[in-house]
Amino acid sequence: MQHNMDMATSSSDVAIEGLRPLLSDKEGLDEIAAAKIEKLTAELQEQEQEQDHECDPVERIKDGFIHFKIHHFDKYPDYYKQLAEGQHPKFLVFACSDSRVSPSHVLNFKPGEAFMCRNIANLVPAFNQLRYSGVGAVIEYAVKHLEVENILVIGHSRCGGIEALMSLPADGTTSNDFIDDWVKIALPAKAKVESEWSDATFEQQCEYLGRESVNLSLVNLLSYPYVQAALANKALKLMGGYYDFVNGTFGLWKADFDIKPPIII
Amino acid sequence: MATDSCEDAIAELQKLLSEKCGLETVAAAKIKQITAELEKTGSEPFDAVERIKTGFGRFKTEKYEKNPTLYDELAKGQSPKFMVFACSDSRVCPSHILDFQPGEAFMVRNIANMVPPYDQTKYSGVGAAIEYAVLHLKVENIVVIGHSCCGGIKGLMSIPDDGTTASDFIEQWVQICLPAKSKVKTEYTDLTFAEQCTNCEKEAVNVSLGNLLTYPFVREAVVKKTLALKGAHYDFVNGSFELWSFEVNLSPPLPA
Repeated sequence: MQHNMDMATSSSDVAIEGLRPLLSDKEGLDEIAAAKIEKLTAELQEQEQEQDHECDPVERIKDGFIHFKIHHFDKYPDYYKQLAEGQHPKFLVFACSDSRVSPSHVLNFKPGEAFMCRNIANLVPAFNQLRYSGVGAVIEYAVKHLEVENILVIGHSRCGGIEALMSLPADGTTSNDFIDDWVKIALPAKAKVESEWSDATFEQQCEYLGRESVNLSLVNLLSYPYVQAALANKALKLMGGYYDFVNGTFGLWKADFDIKPPIII
Repeated sequence: MATDSCEDAIAELQKLLSEKCGLETVAAAKIKQITAELEKTGSEPFDAVERIKTGFGRFKTEKYEKNPTLYDELAKGQSPKFMVFACSDSRVCPSHILDFQPGEAFMVRNIANMVPPYDQTKYSGVGAAIEYAVLHLKVENIVVIGHSCCGGIKGLMSIPDDGTTASDFIEQWVQICLPAKSKVKTEYTDLTFAEQCTNCEKEAVNVSLGNLLTYPFVREAVVKKTLALKGAHYDFVNGSFELWSFEVNLSPPLPA
């Protein structure tokens, strides 16, 4: 075994240098050492491939789908065959686009359970065919066609959209192309927070706003006739949720809106 | 028909019973008891609140509490490498089909996974999401994922030629991808309606990818090569997934 007298620069070089004297001092260790080192090399190669896969978006997507195929799709063929024939979700869920709050994780929704709409700050604007056809299409499809039984709007802690809304200057000037105009949907909720919790810190106000904007979204749902009709028929329930990933909690509340029949005066 | 989490639990139990003898009789009795209890709850109406409580409980014990380092880091901020457009369809959540974990993918979900062109009046929702993802989160990839049996695409393909619509929103919305329908109707006249829909699902993804370039911040990032655009199609009938790249190359000015 040749001793390497060059300067060892890396920790692995140092470790190898520590191994060499042992191999030269003790007989019979060569083969065992070679086997162990070969095994280590193979393990490291695999790890490097995994890291490459994580860095390479195509590999990451491939790996992800293969994982799903092996552990779910191919494992439960009856379940997925039935799903392929049609979906009957019991929930329409509004959640933020934030990468940390997917309801499939947070509420463990399985394929087929929840029809989902995800946008900045999980907002539901009021009925508007010109400005908000995207959300309108989701609600129309879910309530009228899929006949979901529950609509759940989920807010969350440290929401960038909510923070943007809270930071909007009072004169209404916007500083970006879209974000400010979009989050202004929840201005009524901001007004409530500013009046009821004027002494709170910015962070606290944002937490209140996250919850109040969920309530505003629930109210905005009523502006869709199919939602009103389903509520009147007691075929639909509305709920608000708030996922606090700082403290690991989930708050859930029901929203009951009832328009009673008029009395004839 | 059991969902996968139930099947997993059954498999674990069966494994235990095969490894340890003497548990058979007790297990059989308890399973009968559970069956009786479930039969009772089965006849009760679906309890949405219970479903949500149970769901969060499982997430908390199986993921949140088991990975405190990850969730501590995530609580401080997100830096997803992907922005994903997927359909609102309950069967195609990228958290399942691509196994995206918390923190990996910023997601927009709407009818038929559409990206409309830049329009501050009509499409502020999508615009806000793209603006946030590209300029603030600096995602490296945008993936638009279409899927089989898409109700939105079927709706698009079913709009009569004279353009009359019967819905408040759906048909207006899906006409974002009218160019895809025109292409399919011209090029694939011999295919069945269902086959045309499948082609339209994929062509609509390409229309959406093209629409992404109408956002100046997307175009800039794509040209600088800090952002890649990809299209995909998830076929849940056959259990397959296609992925393709959308490349944009602008040469420097050519000599006159």
